Amino acid sequence: MSASHPTILAHQFDDLHQQKESVTLGMWAFLVTEVMFFGGAFLGYAVYRFYYPEAFAYGSSLESWRIGAFNTVVLLISSLTVALAVHEAQGGNNGGVIRYLVITIALALLFVGVKGYEYNHIIEAGHAPWQRFTEGYYAGDNPSPSAHGAGPHGTGPHAQGANGQGAHKATTIFFSFYFAMTSIHALHMLIGVGLFIWLIKLARRNRFSPKYYNPVEVVGLYWHFVDIVWIFIYPLFYLIDPKW
Amino acid sequence: MTTLDITPAPLEEPEDYLNKAYNIRSWFLTVDHKRIAIMYLISVTAFFLVGGAFATMIRLELATPRGDLVQAETYNKLFTMHGVVMIFFFLIPSIPATLGNFLVPLMLGARDLAFPKLNLLSWYLFMAGGVCGVAAMVMGGVDTGWTFYTPYSSEFATTQVAFTIMGAFIAGFASILTGLNFIVTTHTMRAPGLTWFRLPLFMWSMYATSIIMILATPVIAIGLLLLLAERVFRLGIFDPSIGGDPVLFQHIFWFYSHPAVYIMILPAMGVISELVACFSRKRIFGYPLVAFSSIAIAVISFFVWGHHMFVSSQSAYGGMVFSFLSFLVAIPSAIKVFNWTATYFRGSVAFLTPNLYAWFFIGLFTIGGLTGLFLAALAVDVHVHDTYFIVAHFHYIMVGGTVLAYLGGIHYWWPKMTGKMYTEWIAKFAAFAVFVGFNLTFFPQFFLGYLGMPRRYHAYPPEYQVLNVMSSAGASILALGLALPVFYLLWSLWYGKDAPANPWGAVGLEWATSSPPPTENFEEQPVVTWEAYEYSRKEPDVVGVTPNDTSTPV
Amino acid sequence: MDEGFRLHPEQASTFASDVDGLYFFLSAVSAFFTVLIFVAIVYFAIKYRRRPGEEAPPRPILGSLGLEVLWSVVPFIFAMIFFFWGARTYFKIARPPANAMEVYVVGKQWMWKLQHANGTREINTLHVPLGQPVKLIMSSQDVIHSFFVPAFRVKQDVLPGRYTVLWFEPTKVGEYHLFCAEYCGTQHSGMIGRVVVMEPQAYEAWMSGTVPDEPPAVAGQRLFTSLGCLTCHGSQAPTMAGLYGSQVQLEGGRTALADEQYLRRSIMDSTADIVQGYKPIMPSFRGQISEEQLASLIAYIKSLQEQGQGGMRTPATMPAGQRAQPLEVDPTQRPRVTPEASGIAPAAPPTGGPNP
Repeated sequence: MSASHPTILAHQFDDLHQQKESVTLGMWAFLVTEVMFFGGAFLGYAVYRFYYPEAFAYGSSLESWRIGAFNTVVLLISSLTVALAVHEAQGGNNGGVIRYLVITIALALLFVGVKGYEYNHIIEAGHAPWQRFTEGYYAGDNPSPSAHGAGPHGTGPHAQGANGQGAHKATTIFFSFYFAMTSIHALHMLIGVGLFIWLIKLARRNRFSPKYYNPVEVVGLYWHFVDIVWIFIYPLFYLIDPKW
Repeated sequence: MTTLDITPAPLEEPEDYLNKAYNIRSWFLTVDHKRIAIMYLISVTAFFLVGGAFATMIRLELATPRGDLVQAETYNKLFTMHGVVMIFFFLIPSIPATLGNFLVPLMLGARDLAFPKLNLLSWYLFMAGGVCGVAAMVMGGVDTGWTFYTPYSSEFATTQVAFTIMGAFIAGFASILTGLNFIVTTHTMRAPGLTWFRLPLFMWSMYATSIIMILATPVIAIGLLLLLAERVFRLGIFDPSIGGDPVLFQHIFWFYSHPAVYIMILPAMGVISELVACFSRKRIFGYPLVAFSSIAIAVISFFVWGHHMFVSSQSAYGGMVFSFLSFLVAIPSAIKVFNWTATYFRGSVAFLTPNLYAWFFIGLFTIGGLTGLFLAALAVDVHVHDTYFIVAHFHYIMVGGTVLAYLGGIHYWWPKMTGKMYTEWIAKFAAFAVFVGFNLTFFPQFFLGYLGMPRRYHAYPPEYQVLNVMSSAGASILALGLALPVFYLLWSLWYGKDAPANPWGAVGLEWATSSPPPTENFEEQPVVTWEAYEYSRKEPDVVGVTPNDTSTPV
Repeated sequence: MDEGFRLHPEQASTFASDVDGLYFFLSAVSAFFTVLIFVAIVYFAIKYRRRPGEEAPPRPILGSLGLEVLWSVVPFIFAMIFFFWGARTYFKIARPPANAMEVYVVGKQWMWKLQHANGTREINTLHVPLGQPVKLIMSSQDVIHSFFVPAFRVKQDVLPGRYTVLWFEPTKVGEYHLFCAEYCGTQHSGMIGRVVVMEPQAYEAWMSGTVPDEPPAVAGQRLFTSLGCLTCHGSQAPTMAGLYGSQVQLEGGRTALADEQYLRRSIMDSTADIVQGYKPIMPSFRGQISEEQLASLIAYIKSLQEQGQGGMRTPATMPAGQRAQPLEVDPTQRPRVTPEASGIAPAAPPTGGPNP
């Protein structure tokens, strides 16, 4: 049955149909795992946003929604190019697969690069969670209650620490989730880039045909999932209280 | 006598998965599920011995009320590492990754798992996690308790928390890959004619276990990752000083760790179903109910985590809901116990080591399960939470349940895995030692707990000493019973009798191939035309159990 | 303490016999089913043992729907009995009575710090009078602890950054173990103490022999002034009079019960719950006041509960059964409290305010 493609059918499978079914089911099951993985983080986010809506809105206002929107567009386009790569693989056009995957990798790297710029910006502005240990980070840090005697107006109810965090200590929690979730997301993108490079290698050996395009298809599924995660992350972190 | 639809492999000079190649590469780069199972078997046994050594130290320390053998710090590290090693590196992979890995393709009539390379990767991940865990111990150990509760683990502990968490995190991925593999294999690679309701009950329980593995494990993965980030990168997620909620971590932790209890016990239940059927030579009483009860347990297990937190400041109404749902889990478990027992009715019951373990399992699991009801009952749980009552309860499930089933399964499938028979009389002796030692160790702890002795106590008020001494004494018998199999099973590899293909006269597909099986399991694709456990279908092909090579009851 | 060998602890609170009753019932049911299974297995193993030369497999039995229903329904019925019994007692444990005497508890590595309403402080020991409900308002200064008195059958985790409440009514004079039940670090097993239950007269004698610190409510009133709370509360911020125990209308349509946890959150995370009609202008006091100072502030706010607008007097409304001496309030501070409380309450917006 697979005599013409002795290497594309793995030894444990009876035929290509069984193999395709298994690989596809395996990827869906893996994506379910990923949903639960990110789900845990979204749950934590939800709990704290419910506790500290003000602090989260304030943290969100410190982010640039424009940069986030730019990255959203980049990622959506990359999903399109992956879909086109799958389409080319279905038609057995290995050259087309390579072309679209190279574009996808470029978009992915652009996304990660912009993310790095954004991280740098936030750290320079002093909002990174680990910076909370510097002296005077929070408004009115460490004054003894008696020194506070003039009342909150002494330092003012809108008093801000060195980093403008005001009364919102929980803003640190917002940025903790921001860094944790976006970096895990970026790591998923880098893993995706690695998978694309593997697919390009296969495509250069003309491995994909109308009979065998499953790897491109399931990696495409993975990439769309990574995209969807970002579709949740973007509004939750950038659009609570954006500065239009 | 009819035969199976498979020609058994010729018994003379067979090439099997073990003698196919002997070099190191052929083991460390193998994608054969059977070899990976053996590598897992060796690894988890090593971890079991390490965890057992910690347990020995704990019981020695608790023989006297004053903390006089080790320092409090050392004691805290001992029980933490005992828990971490036993749970993450022994109990969770024990049955799925050894027996499951070995048997799932055989029972399905497949050549291998759907993703053999992922399977090998799973073993490497497990070992990488294990290396992290061991590194943490070598560098001074960890003292947070295996539960890693924040804020102690995130802000206060000064021990090797990061490495330990990393170990558990990485080992979690090994577990996810195993579950993924089993689910896909069960769906797509069953032999022709092998419908879902012809599957052995072991397969049903492995399937239910796999569902929990892929749904629950990622949740603790993210929890541990956030905790790790808090310790290493100073993120602030659980830090109370900026408003972090320490109880959030408990929710995330138990959302995994309660289902994880079923990752440990469901495979054990599957093993017991196989043993009971084989050694009474009957189909399991109420097969469909036993099968569905596995799925029911897996599903309900996701909704009961709050019963670990009745005194953690959860609302009283939340406690009530979790209590109610926890009681529901008791029903499918009870169904299983009654059905196993009923299977022996009018059976042909053999007095052999694996069956001994099955009996002991049913008895001890019954006690473990029933004492679980005490913990689901809100007012009683308030009193016994975090006391030795809990310790006793979960050891009845984890040791009396999982470890006994694991040992029973290892004995039962040992001839299939290695092609050798172990020595029956010493195996029976060890099984009795485990049963007696276990009960003596853990039964007194129920009373200790009800009297109020909290767990994780290095020193305790003197009135608790009598029961503690009983427990420590029992532990020495238990240790003997658990150490013996290591020796006589190894001994059998060199001096044991060669095993026939089907020494117990069982009917599963795994017994229809040679012992040990060839690399791709079956000479020909098996076709299944019979129901599960259809002992009446035929005489067993090879009746290895004859009156003169085994003890039969008088 | 009872030194004899026993299998359940002394019953020294009103919960004990309830919990023990359920425990003994559970034990009996468990013993019955365990024996049933053991006997069945042993009996089957002997009766149906495989005999030498036995060739034919036994006659197959598929199952029995009747039996399956029986052994699903019977355990279910038992489970529901356990559930309702356990939940009923649990709700009693979860709901402190209004007349309970209050003790503030702070857990820290590795000791229990307790303070009575009259200011008397104790460490690792709690003296309580017989037959008087006692409510512990607990929080932790560092990690999670758990306050556990086996003889009372009560246990409650003590958390950093949050209040939890535990109550009991002692029924037997004696000294009982107090344990920390949640692992809290190196000296976890050393974080133990005792609860001393005394006859009321003996308790009073003991109490009069102590040298109380400033009562928490009084210290709280002083703090309330020195922290500058008066500057806003009553004008730009809600008044404190009658706040405790009332339902507060919050921004966003939520309501909250103003209990200890709510007050704590409002002080420590001041922007979390904004009372409807007010602005989030209050700074957070997280990290600026200690657990004890926070407890004092809350004790002060609670002492204002039974007074109407303008009727704010001294924080002297102590719970019934409380043996504390009458509280003295620094007279210099009274004028600062009263005008603000009486004058400002009407300024609260009609829709909101804690004092509808």
